[in-house]
Amino acid sequence: MNPWLRGLIYAVVVINVFLTITAWSIWFERKFSGRMQSRLGPTFYGPMGLLQPVVDGIKLIQKEFLIPINADRLLFVIAPPLTVVLALGTAAVVPFGADIIAADLDIGVLYLLALGSLTIIPVWMSGWSSNNKYAMLGAMRAVAQGVSYEIPLVLASLVPVILAGSMSLSDIVRFQIKHGWFAFWPPGPGFFAFLFFLPASLAEANRIPFDIPEAESELIAGVSTEYTGMGFGLLYLAEYLHTLVISAVASVLFFGGWDGPFAPGLHWMVLKTLGLFAGIFWVRWSLVRFRSDQLMSICWRYLVPGGLILVMSAGLWVHFHRGSG
Amino acid sequence: MEMIPHVAKARRRANPYLDLGSYDPEADLMVLNLGPQHPSTHGVFRLKLYLDGEIIVKVVPFVGYLHRGVEKLCEKLTMVQLIPIFDKNDYVSPMMNEQSLVMAFEALLGIEVPRRARYVRTLLAELQRIASHLLWLGAFAMDLGGALGGGSTLFMYCFRERELILDVFEDLTGCRFHYNTHMIGGNRHDVPAGWATKVHAAINAIETRLPEYETFLITNDIYIERTRGVGVVDGQLSMDLGITGPVLRAGGVDHDLRRDAPYHCYDEIEVRVATATAGDCEARAAVRMAEIRESIRLVRELIDNIPEGPLGARKPIKTPLAEKAAKGHAYAAVESPRGELGIYVIGGGDNKGASPYRLKIRSPSLHVLGCLPYILPGHSVSDAVAVLGSVDPIMGEVDR
Repeated sequence: MNPWLRGLIYAVVVINVFLTITAWSIWFERKFSGRMQSRLGPTFYGPMGLLQPVVDGIKLIQKEFLIPINADRLLFVIAPPLTVVLALGTAAVVPFGADIIAADLDIGVLYLLALGSLTIIPVWMSGWSSNNKYAMLGAMRAVAQGVSYEIPLVLASLVPVILAGSMSLSDIVRFQIKHGWFAFWPPGPGFFAFLFFLPASLAEANRIPFDIPEAESELIAGVSTEYTGMGFGLLYLAEYLHTLVISAVASVLFFGGWDGPFAPGLHWMVLKTLGLFAGIFWVRWSLVRFRSDQLMSICWRYLVPGGLILVMSAGLWVHFHRGSG
Repeated sequence: MEMIPHVAKARRRANPYLDLGSYDPEADLMVLNLGPQHPSTHGVFRLKLYLDGEIIVKVVPFVGYLHRGVEKLCEKLTMVQLIPIFDKNDYVSPMMNEQSLVMAFEALLGIEVPRRARYVRTLLAELQRIASHLLWLGAFAMDLGGALGGGSTLFMYCFRERELILDVFEDLTGCRFHYNTHMIGGNRHDVPAGWATKVHAAINAIETRLPEYETFLITNDIYIERTRGVGVVDGQLSMDLGITGPVLRAGGVDHDLRRDAPYHCYDEIEVRVATATAGDCEARAAVRMAEIRESIRLVRELIDNIPEGPLGARKPIKTPLAEKAAKGHAYAAVESPRGELGIYVIGGGDNKGASPYRLKIRSPSLHVLGCLPYILPGHSVSDAVAVLGSVDPIMGEVDR
């Protein structure tokens, strides 16, 4: 088949699948948080409120997209789509099965981290262009947080890369199928790397307890304060998309991706992803948030030195294990 | 704003690197208007913050957005007509407002309240205190954790429990919120049959769930990080500014009207006043949690011991006659969940003396907001929200 055609088909499939999953993950979160809070969650549209994302989408599309009078119009308009594009771009390299992967890059992990750190730029764009002090404060927090947490995220992701000896996500999974999941084997570096990866990636995706860029009790809505209609919808979508990709990547890097008995690989991958996703929701709906300086101090005082130690221990483990075996 | 020495100390504690003298507030600071429309200003309160980055350098609070002219209204309506209006002042604890008002009128008119009515009033006051503090706990959690996060979960739980108390009130008065159950000289609604059982059930449910909330918020590490040492209002500052209630007690001053100037039937029961010494957000929260427990204990003690007797001083007073309205003046204060809620009234106004000539509300929330310019500088915007949540102002009471 023509590689261009193949790429196009894969892109369409990835975009549609991920957007659909994301839309219903919002339903899932609302239902989940409702049950946590002794509420019902969405019930009106469809059985168990399953059509709620459709209704939300229609509502957001109908709404006027207001541009503040002193806003930087160009940046203000392109920031939300750019956020979604970057979040979707990361989805391309995530393997959902032995063959179910849009682009099996040799440098998959590097690509993921690079796109992940680029997401700071549209956030800053939207915060700056809104010409709103709350959006500005939110954007400043987001950039400080994004740049800082990039480092522990990279260090934590390096551990599976070192252990597997490859930057390709599917190679990392194949290595785990052979030698055991990194979260459990080797004991130590893999598990702790997961413990570092999760907060760092939550901070990247601005989820509670690291959601200070849009802390709605302080900054009203942070960078999305001035956005209405689908502009807000896209920012909201991108946030969930980001979380979903993080869960998928974490299950690939640390929980053996599509590896699992009795069922096709795709099922296992989806199960693991949604499990981590639900875990992130659970954290979100149970914790209060940090202050921004405390967030920085956690990153630079604990996660960065700890991450360096982890990378070193992973290297030592590989060195001695390979040396003896 | 002159610098009181202990305020300077509190500021240094908040941010040792900030030299507040080096700023020209007009020139190089960003001005952020926190409010009047803002999710965490508990109504329509406005804080004008002068920011250096995220650090607050100067604070100017603005009040008055919810001004409804209640004190002026008091000069036109008769005393009996005023009682339901006072439900709307501090809309989180309407019972306290009614009680402070009728106590002032009773003192003015020289009416003795029968013992049974005083017991019922005490009971209602303590139940209201639990409900009010529960609402505070939920709102405080939401200030710290956001409306779309862990804070809102605790908020929902607290509302679920507050609902139990509102149900109990509904059984008694027929209203969930604006009760109009107090009259000058007694109470309007007698305790219905089987009410004590319902109160016991509600109190037990709340008590069993309190440890859960403490695990959820009070003992959470992130919460402690956010609140310890934040927004210190020490006892001296509180006394300088006339702050009362949990904020004063958290600063180490052991003062509670229920014990120090007993009204209702507080002289017949023992009130254990909770205090703390740190004066920060954490201490204020701890004092309020202890007060919930103490109120639960008091309700248990009171509910089964309501004495028999009349509920009103004589035939219920529908309209105080003009010749009965004394020309004097009176002050009565109750310990509301927010502090000393006092009413000063001068009798002998319009309607042939059935209206007060002048009525002044001493609301604890207004006084507590006075501390913000002293304690916020040096903190960040996030801390401003946490401090505002922890001092628990009710704007309806601030602006009247």
